Amino acid sequence: MCAPPSFDIRTHLDAVYRAEAGRILSTLVRLLGDFNLAEDAMQEAFNAALHRWPAEGLPAKPRAWLISAGRFKAIDSIRRRVRLDAAHQQIADELNNSLPTTDQLDELPDDRLKLIFTCCHPILAPDAQAALTLREVCGLTTEEIAHAFLSSAPTIAQRIVRAKAKIRDERIPYQVPSGAELPERLGAVLAIVYLLFNEGYSASSGPSLTRVELSTEAIRLGRILLELMPEPEVTGLVALMLLHESRRTARVSQEGELVLLEHQDRASWNYDHIRDGIALVERALATRRFGPYTLQAAIAAVHAEAPRSEATDWKQICALYAALLSMQPSPVVELNRAVAVAMRDGPTAGLVLIDDLIARGELQDYYLVHAARADLHRRLGNKDQARLAYTQAQALTKSEPEQRYFATRLRELG
Amino acid sequence: MKYICLAYYDSETFASAPEADQQEMMDRCCEYDDQLRANGNFKGGEALQPPETATTLRYSNGRIVITDGPFAETKEQLGGILILEARDLNHAIEIISKHPGTKIGPWEVRPAADLSEIVRQSEVRRRAEKN
Repeated sequence: MCAPPSFDIRTHLDAVYRAEAGRILSTLVRLLGDFNLAEDAMQEAFNAALHRWPAEGLPAKPRAWLISAGRFKAIDSIRRRVRLDAAHQQIADELNNSLPTTDQLDELPDDRLKLIFTCCHPILAPDAQAALTLREVCGLTTEEIAHAFLSSAPTIAQRIVRAKAKIRDERIPYQVPSGAELPERLGAVLAIVYLLFNEGYSASSGPSLTRVELSTEAIRLGRILLELMPEPEVTGLVALMLLHESRRTARVSQEGELVLLEHQDRASWNYDHIRDGIALVERALATRRFGPYTLQAAIAAVHAEAPRSEATDWKQICALYAALLSMQPSPVVELNRAVAVAMRDGPTAGLVLIDDLIARGELQDYYLVHAARADLHRRLGNKDQARLAYTQAQALTKSEPEQRYFATRLRELG
Repeated sequence: MKYICLAYYDSETFASAPEADQQEMMDRCCEYDDQLRANGNFKGGEALQPPETATTLRYSNGRIVITDGPFAETKEQLGGILILEARDLNHAIEIISKHPGTKIGPWEVRPAADLSEIVRQSEVRRRAEKN
């Protein structure tokens, strides 16, 4: 079963890489017991495929073929090192004599989870966790990661090299944490997934408002986690990302300007994402073991369910924010709750809460505080105060579309 | 992706090493290059003769001026180039970190530039010149 002559094996292998690299790598780490050896072996297996598949035809099980090839490549590579260090002989012999069964060559459910938990180990800085996860679990190249983070490839490459060295030197165990350790470690993994999503969704700096590829990868990663570990908060996070993602095209105008939720064209929301998101929120809420991600997703779901902005159930949103605040006290949640209260009880009620927040010394340099105050003053007809607050918000954001948004609001005030 | 790997070395230090050590280094380098060839990562490359064999050409005051010796007079000189096929920069770094040649000098790894769009635009300009 030879491939047709026009078949581009390299393009095909790139697709296999993106879809399967995380699984292949994690299985090889299990079989070989070493992260770096496994990665070399996987690269060599893909090289071998590039040369052999055009002649031999595509294997029936490409993933198992690549894992098996990688394992043999690793044995070869250890044998080459034997000349330098006799201790490797034993490792090579052991690997060679314990031929894995077909089942062992298949992925075990825990393999990729172990890889994700290793890449998101708290000993690594969050930016290193994010880069490593994108490369090792999602199969992105160094250059793609650099592009997504508006950074240079040499910078990202060094971050990844140092992270891997740390995993090796600190002997980070390749395992899924259990017992009391699990909730905290899972929290760290979810934080990285959400960081990737937000970096793609709100693009904290630069000319473009959204960087689709990062959000797409975050959702893919979230779905992998959900499949492997269907915990309530994993469910809640995937729901939250889907519900935000459903508004991606609606939140930016054709001119690249930011469009607030109340002005979005609801017909352009992605209702497949909304349906999936709402089903997941309901599943997470039903467990009664949910946390902050689920509550945030529930708030997004209430917005998604409103056919028009005026029909939003602000009473329910205020209640959900109150629950979120009691679970995870934070000034940003307080700010969001204040905006919801303003929608339920009127702008003055919201302003009281925001001014109280500022009086406590919270979020003074956070542009959205000033944007929210500006909006409430505008609605009350306090033009001078609105102008001042919009100017503060404009000066504090680094995002160019958001700066333009505030400039437009200022022009409208006259 | 293609990466051009530039291997530098201190030619004086290398030349003053015992011949057996020089040969041992060459053997290990050739062996590793063979391994890269077998894996499809080696897309070309050459070792260079010592820097004193270089001729430098420079356009100056409307003509080419030719001088003996390398362009830059530094302790570490270019000793060889290797064109590497790797999946990404980290893969290239991993491959080169294991190259025995790194023991005698620094390596610079740079992605090959894709000039296809620049070449295409140039062709358009040159066609327009002819018409």
